[in-house]
Amino acid sequence: MSDTATVRMTDRMPAFIRRLDRAVLIAFACIILLLVLGSLYSSSFLSPEYLLQQLKVASFLGVIATGMMLVILLGQIDLSVPWVVSTGAMMACAAAAYGDIGVALAIPFGILCGVAIGILNGLGVAYLRIPSMIMTLATNAVAQGAMVVYTGGFSPQDSATLTMRYLATGALIPGLPNVVIIWALVGAGMVFVLTRTSFGRCVYGIGNRERAAYLSGINTRRIVMIAFAVSGGLSALGGILLAGYASKAAQSMGDAYLLPAIAAVVLGGTSIVGGRGSYLGTIAGVILITLLQSILSVMQMPEAGRQIIYGLVIISMLLLYGRNPASR
Amino acid sequence: MKDWRYWLSAQQGTLTALVIFVLMFVIYTMNHPAGFSANVVQTAANKGVLLAFVAMAQTMVVITGGIDLSVGMILLLTNCLASWLVIGTPFETALGVIAVLAVGALCGAINGAIVIYGRLQPIVTTIATGAVYFGIALLLRPFPGGSVNEDLADAMTGRVFDMIPSSLIGLAVVVLVIWVPYSRSVYGRAAYAAGSSETAAYMSGMPIRRGKFLSYTLAGLIAAVGGLFLTFFTYTGDAALASGNAYTLFSIAAVVLGGVSLFGGKGSAIGAVFGALAFRTIGDLLFVFDFDPIWQPLFQGLILLVAVSIGAFALIRVRNRLEWFL
Repeated sequence: MSDTATVRMTDRMPAFIRRLDRAVLIAFACIILLLVLGSLYSSSFLSPEYLLQQLKVASFLGVIATGMMLVILLGQIDLSVPWVVSTGAMMACAAAAYGDIGVALAIPFGILCGVAIGILNGLGVAYLRIPSMIMTLATNAVAQGAMVVYTGGFSPQDSATLTMRYLATGALIPGLPNVVIIWALVGAGMVFVLTRTSFGRCVYGIGNRERAAYLSGINTRRIVMIAFAVSGGLSALGGILLAGYASKAAQSMGDAYLLPAIAAVVLGGTSIVGGRGSYLGTIAGVILITLLQSILSVMQMPEAGRQIIYGLVIISMLLLYGRNPASR
Repeated sequence: MKDWRYWLSAQQGTLTALVIFVLMFVIYTMNHPAGFSANVVQTAANKGVLLAFVAMAQTMVVITGGIDLSVGMILLLTNCLASWLVIGTPFETALGVIAVLAVGALCGAINGAIVIYGRLQPIVTTIATGAVYFGIALLLRPFPGGSVNEDLADAMTGRVFDMIPSSLIGLAVVVLVIWVPYSRSVYGRAAYAAGSSETAAYMSGMPIRRGKFLSYTLAGLIAAVGGLFLTFFTYTGDAALASGNAYTLFSIAAVVLGGVSLFGGKGSAIGAVFGALAFRTIGDLLFVFDFDPIWQPLFQGLILLVAVSIGAFALIRVRNRLEWFL
């Protein structure tokens, strides 16, 4: 019933707005609301420097959330993000210690490690039919264990390569940080894959009902595995960029990215049970989460208050538009 | 088929968990320098019951087809609260215990209300409420500290008749007082039915909403019991994000080891308890074999990976490929 009501309401709007999800609209409205609230607090909130800085911070989360979105669209979830991020960063930094070839191959090697963990996830979820929640938890634990053994429990000593630092902190086009360009490229790639390729159609199909997709002749297991591999690779890329930003990898650098990534995807209107969602929503979700975190830290809210507000905002926004249909 | 066969197949997961636990514990005590003594059992029990409580709480929610990612945070919150309230005269202490349990149940009830009446997905809901609970815990204890009624704490972590660890008795009491009546009640049945097939349960006129709500509430209550015991063991309240997350993750692992299906409708909290004890024992095995502690996380992770992969053997028996997709 609510669907027909929104259709009627949006009928009068221009075509490009009509195509948007209600969730995406609300998410963007909330971004504007946050900016207005922020500018009431301090006028520097609307300055281009601040906004660009926020976009830069958002890009790290954006890259990671892109992979998460692909997996959530399938109706699965990837909880191995924290240690895939750390593994990607640490392995890239570790490769850099092996001379010139190592430096040159640092980034591909880091991403490859992430893809490898992703493939392991995919094998478990798609072929062994292990629930993704528990499978990715297990690979997360294994990745953590492997990294603890590798570093000996201490902070790793290797530092990021110049290329990694340049990608994370430099600006190829003056004024536009490289990470933003990377996020734009990753995002454009994802939009293309989701809307213009049969792979993307298959992802939505599997998310809606894997059984039906299988009966339609889709090799659902391969698609699921590829999606997890992509998610692993993107998480690792996010980790590599973060390592470049901080100029070295750290033990728990990925911990702060799991929940925000899921929250960003879900706030952007992607259904957590899969099959429904647009990348535009994920962009809105990522920016929303980043702005919220930034405003709370500018207001010098202590960590406790930040966590509480963060949770309350997610709950109340989802109550606004993320509800399941009423029973029957 | 005879009745006991039905019973056996229904309790398969629980019994498997029991066997794994007994096997692991025998290996553990055989290689422990002190052997099978009351002290070894007491230490193992005290380490195991915390996870057992959290795993029981997780089971309550998993049975309904949901998941509670805030369970570790409820543990932390009640731990921090107990470090303020469970102190003073016996009367004050008793009031404090009741207050802590009530807060735990309230946390669970909030999760349940949002999931059932707000119609949000359990995963996202409990991630968000978990952040709120952790924030409140951090407000209560920005730094580790506080204290607890030490007489009570010592009584709850010691031994009864110099033999049986009292923490194990606490666990048994919770199982008998909460789990057994609940799982036999109409609401417990409704929770199982809702996890198995919500539509069918609804069509049969079962009180699924109240059943699920009760499950979430009891999950919070049991997590609060865990929080109390955590306070009894450590004498302090500590809002450590990493430990809250670890309890949540391990609770899911323990639930799976205990034969509870993450799709809902199958398994029992008793299985989850044995799953938790087995998981803890596996983690401790490394110590008795004198491995470098640095290998412990990797070892635990690999065990977890192998344990969850074992379930895949059921695929061999699948005759119709459509059954791959639930």
